[in-house]
Amino acid sequence: MAQHNPWPDEGNTGHIWDEDIRELDNPPPLWWMLAFYAGFVMIVFYALYYPTIPWTDSHYKGMTGWTQVEEYKEDYQVLKNWRDQKFAQEEEQLAALPLKEIIENDELKTYAVKTSKVLFGDYCAGCHGAGGQGNPNFPVLADDDWLWGGKIDQIYTALEKGRIGNMPARGMMGNLNDEEVEQVADYVIALANGNGDDASVSAGKAVYQKGMCLACHGPQGKPLAANGATNLTDQIWRFSSERDEVIKTIKYGVMVKKDGELAPNTRNAVMPSFADRLPDAEVNMKRLAVYVHALGGGQ
Amino acid sequence: MSDQNKDPHYDATHKSQLEGMETSNKNLQNIGVELLSVHTDGTVHAKRISGRFRTIKWVVAAMWLTFFLGPYLQWDGRQAILFDLVNRQFHIFGLTILPQDIWVLAMMLLFAALALAATTAVAGRLWCGYACFQTVWMDVFTWLEEKFEGNPNKRQKLEQQPWNLDKIRKKVPKWLAWAFIGFMTGFSFVAYFDPALDLWARLFTLEWTSTETIIILGLAAATVFFAGFLREQVCIGFCPYARIQGAMIDTETVVPTYDVDRGEPRGRMRRPKPGEEAPELGDCIDCNLCVAVCPTGVDIRKGQQFGCITCGLCIDACDSVMEKIKKPKGLIRYASLAEFGGKPFTPFYKRPRVLVYTGIMTFAAVAMIWGLINMSPIDMKVLHERAPLFVQMSDGSIQNKYYAKVVNKTDQLLEAEITVDGPDSLIYIVDEKINVQPGTVGTATLLVRIPKGDIEQTNTPIDIKVQDLNNPQVKETYESMFISP
Repeated sequence: MAQHNPWPDEGNTGHIWDEDIRELDNPPPLWWMLAFYAGFVMIVFYALYYPTIPWTDSHYKGMTGWTQVEEYKEDYQVLKNWRDQKFAQEEEQLAALPLKEIIENDELKTYAVKTSKVLFGDYCAGCHGAGGQGNPNFPVLADDDWLWGGKIDQIYTALEKGRIGNMPARGMMGNLNDEEVEQVADYVIALANGNGDDASVSAGKAVYQKGMCLACHGPQGKPLAANGATNLTDQIWRFSSERDEVIKTIKYGVMVKKDGELAPNTRNAVMPSFADRLPDAEVNMKRLAVYVHALGGGQ
Repeated sequence: MSDQNKDPHYDATHKSQLEGMETSNKNLQNIGVELLSVHTDGTVHAKRISGRFRTIKWVVAAMWLTFFLGPYLQWDGRQAILFDLVNRQFHIFGLTILPQDIWVLAMMLLFAALALAATTAVAGRLWCGYACFQTVWMDVFTWLEEKFEGNPNKRQKLEQQPWNLDKIRKKVPKWLAWAFIGFMTGFSFVAYFDPALDLWARLFTLEWTSTETIIILGLAAATVFFAGFLREQVCIGFCPYARIQGAMIDTETVVPTYDVDRGEPRGRMRRPKPGEEAPELGDCIDCNLCVAVCPTGVDIRKGQQFGCITCGLCIDACDSVMEKIKKPKGLIRYASLAEFGGKPFTPFYKRPRVLVYTGIMTFAAVAMIWGLINMSPIDMKVLHERAPLFVQMSDGSIQNKYYAKVVNKTDQLLEAEITVDGPDSLIYIVDEKINVQPGTVGTATLLVRIPKGDIEQTNTPIDIKVQDLNNPQVKETYESMFISP
């Protein structure tokens, strides 16, 4: 840095390197400086107008009480009104038409499916999975096996009234001993594998009769009507296909109650009613029924 | 650089473009970094004179009329060129381009960009000089200014004169004329996105949307401001292309150049007084007409410079003077620096730079044509359901779910049929046909099932096919996967 300044009049800062490289002090243009100062003035108004200052237990509310959340809500309402208006006809049809007509009407069906995705995610996916793929001990909705029937009206009824699975522990009369439970477990596993007539499982077959399993599961392991009992002959297991788990299910039953409370180890199988849970339940249950019906296995 | 022999820092081994050139010509001084003066004192009021390049400039400028007339062309009952952003369709005459085919437009942009580079390499800033909307609009605006306010001298005077009724009487009609052109510019631009006739109709019923109003009036204001007031400052100070193009010029590029050897020393032609020796003068009589006509106010005699938009108007000016003083034309002419350096002229097809540019242009053009020819009127994308990837059915078979999205690029209703090819035992469930409205996407849910015993791998390739029922040769195949445990 030079001690003396050979360029005293050019407004440099006095910082000079290598003989002639010097730092100048050029103020920004006037308009820029004006905008800069205007910025300061702006800050004052901004601070007064908007909720800016936090107190210890609250905050300054601003001149108009504006908040981001309120603005969001207003905008959301505008969007919702627009949407309600745009799809008024579809919504009306959805509410008015019976379900069978809805699934026959391609456009309406597509509309119902598209508008159900979020609802399904909010209310159903917790148990049944985001795509209806099920979860351990919660039924898959995308397959073609239905405990309570896969027709659109039956699906709707499940949503409206809910479903409670029920299976007595140790057979209908509760009279099967541990050995018999194991035999009947082997038998139902064989049924699913297609060798239910094998001699090796004949003992289990006898227990199946004795335990009155056929009352619900049908004489051939296939329920005669959609009564909530599983089809024992197919490849889909309500709980698990592991032998130990099958034994557990038979031993402790499903939703077995003791003194008004669930018995220990019993399987839980409750589908709640959504009539009171869903907003706009009437039309939304219809919508969801169509969605579930279209997941992959509706009948 | 002329002092390079005296300059102790000059590195004799440094390879430059001048290598092997006869560098005694003064034109070569201006290669390299040198600060050149830019017109800074007030508005440039350029003189208008007729000539060859003036005519070329008007002819090229006239092509911009298509910009104003384009929106009114009709095709099949709709606007011929319409960029329908709301429905995401670009209509260009019989062609409809949907977002899926937008790469074809990208090829067009690539072609245009390289065309800019190639023409610049061959003959300098042709785009700037003749075709650019900034210089063309500026040209028209100053032409109008001359109509309203008279020749450059009068304009200069008017500018210095204090505001009074006379000045207002001259300025206001000019501004109105400018504003009209500005408005039409903004309007025509928007008319490529919103149908023009409808836009006119809604103008008179005052039903423009705020977006339309802002864009049209904003563009109008910008047009007047840029072409009427900022003028050449846009080319010199704002425009990135101006600087980029300057960098794309090399010693073999022909640009309007002043022949220093022939012109210097410049001086007024005077009859020598008796007893006085006639001075040895070059052909330049220093009439400054070349500066007076320059729309950006540069002095071409200082050599190639970034203020020069290579419009050739100085060539017209100089030639007209040379004609008067009975000297050969071409003191200022389209010439390359190599020519002044004594090198033979290289035709553009022998210059690697031009060949590479042209190669890329050809690629873009071929890709564009290929794209247009092979643009299928139907397009299908298939999305595999991810949750769950597969489902076991009660009979043990595995089911996969797909969403087939069929795009109808035609202007007629598409009745599409979806079929699936794969292992023999594969069965699939899908709607018998899906109706897709023109320019929209139809979605079909597709369920594919394969018995468990027939699945050999976790990923089984399957072909999903779509076919137009009314027009069986319109079809498309999508290769997808069937996923199993």
